[in-house]
Amino acid sequence: MLDFIQQLVSGIALGCVYGLIALGFVLIYKATEVVNFAQGDLMMLGGFFVFTFIALLGLNYWLGFLLAVAAMALFGMGAERLLVRPILGYPQFSIVMATIGLGYFLRSVAGMIWGTDDLKIETPFSTGVLKIGDLVLAYDKLSVIVATVILCGVLYLFFNHTRLGTAMRATSENMLAAYYMGIPVKRVVSMIWAISAAVAACAGVLLAPITFIHSNVGLALGLKAFPAAVLGGFGSIPGALVGGLIIGVIETLAGFYLPQGWKDVTPYIVLLAVLLIRPQGLLGPRIRKKV
Amino acid sequence: MSADTILRVSNIESYYGPIMAIRGVSLAVERGRIVTVLGANGAGKTTILKTISGVLDPQKGTVEFEGKPIQRMDADKIVRLGLSHVPEGREVFPFLSVRENLQMGAFLRHDRDGVAHDLERVFGYFPRLRERIDQPAGSLSGGEQQMLAISRALMNRPKLLLLDEPSLGLSPLLVKEIFAIIRRVNAEQGVSILLVEQNARMALETAHYGYVLEVGRVVMDDTCERLMDSKDIQEFYLGAKEESARGERRWKRKKTWR
Repeated sequence: MLDFIQQLVSGIALGCVYGLIALGFVLIYKATEVVNFAQGDLMMLGGFFVFTFIALLGLNYWLGFLLAVAAMALFGMGAERLLVRPILGYPQFSIVMATIGLGYFLRSVAGMIWGTDDLKIETPFSTGVLKIGDLVLAYDKLSVIVATVILCGVLYLFFNHTRLGTAMRATSENMLAAYYMGIPVKRVVSMIWAISAAVAACAGVLLAPITFIHSNVGLALGLKAFPAAVLGGFGSIPGALVGGLIIGVIETLAGFYLPQGWKDVTPYIVLLAVLLIRPQGLLGPRIRKKV
Repeated sequence: MSADTILRVSNIESYYGPIMAIRGVSLAVERGRIVTVLGANGAGKTTILKTISGVLDPQKGTVEFEGKPIQRMDADKIVRLGLSHVPEGREVFPFLSVRENLQMGAFLRHDRDGVAHDLERVFGYFPRLRERIDQPAGSLSGGEQQMLAISRALMNRPKLLLLDEPSLGLSPLLVKEIFAIIRRVNAEQGVSILLVEQNARMALETAHYGYVLEVGRVVMDDTCERLMDSKDIQEFYLGAKEESARGERRWKRKKTWR
């Protein structure tokens, strides 16, 4: 039982990271119907940024965290402006290829700048455990879960209770009508990319104490986060988080209880099974637009 | 045309890809008036409105709003000038509540008291929206969505309102109700209106001045009273049957503008 709970907590922590990356996929997809396959690599870049700020420049953890997230938000905005906006309106494949290309580019550049070794950073949560009776939970895992809950709460309040957040949802639902309202759609889309990149950066920073940072970490996690988004119902923000949690928990439990090799396969088996029964995903949209 | 022309469209040509949808259309809306554009399916009515509101850019010609050229300006900047567009098919935000839809209509405004006041006013026009205030707009009926689309545009306090087929898909009773409100908005708030309609009778009864559009060209324009008296309009847009000496008509009348 203790093992189970500890594994469950690890799974939830991993699932939170998947969920945050999936959230980035969904935010951008909802707003522009573009699937940003570089989402995982944005996370990787966030990890490297925080490594630079904390380990190389010796800044305080929280300051480094903040700077990394802010830098990634700017980076996301720039990527949208320079890479995506010029080809918006052309066939989907062009945009998909552009984001895949961006991913390759970021991995190579990260390799050139920070090298190909695994890097690790020390954070306030790197060591230490929480003991409840016989149960031992590591702070690094708990910090991921707590931070994800806080981040989701902030995003929820932003999207539902601010004028700009509502405008972002409006733009996602009907871009043409958003123009008719006088919403500066192009700027709003830029900001959505900024938020997605910032959320990815948070995932990268949270992950940093758990795994090593290396240039391919984004690819590996991105390939798990994408099915998480599909599982939750692509286009549903809560769905992305739920999907991420399910994939993370299943993967961790399968790794612990099932023979070797099942760890990476099981999440996909669950995904396929869910899609057979509910092709729109667990929390996919149900209301259709009236004509 | 008098000096106080709020909108002047001169010789615009717009394309959908390679297809020329409007071929040199000119029209004008005087301040405080309702002007209608009549025309069959595919005549280019919607294209004219989209060109005015900046969603489509004209290849040639100019659009002047209060004397200022606005062709090729971004759509969201044009709204800022006080020109709101109620698009064909309502285009509400389906997952946003009625309240949030109306808030988005007032996106550009920062005067809280004024917005609250205008909210009360649109609820005065359409009390049914108040009952549905927290429902997602996608769950409203077609007529309610049309009410919402008009109210949402009014929340921006426009000087000129573009209305694209407000009668589309609504029951005759509801069409009457909506057009009565359109007249009230014009009379009470002095909002100038450019109305595009297939329901010619309703449009001519509502508007002051009308243009008739066929295959991307204006073929006729006059006051609505005179348009209603025109033989061509009666036959081809209002469906009147001419009585001949023999009691029944055996030939198809030709349109005189061809």
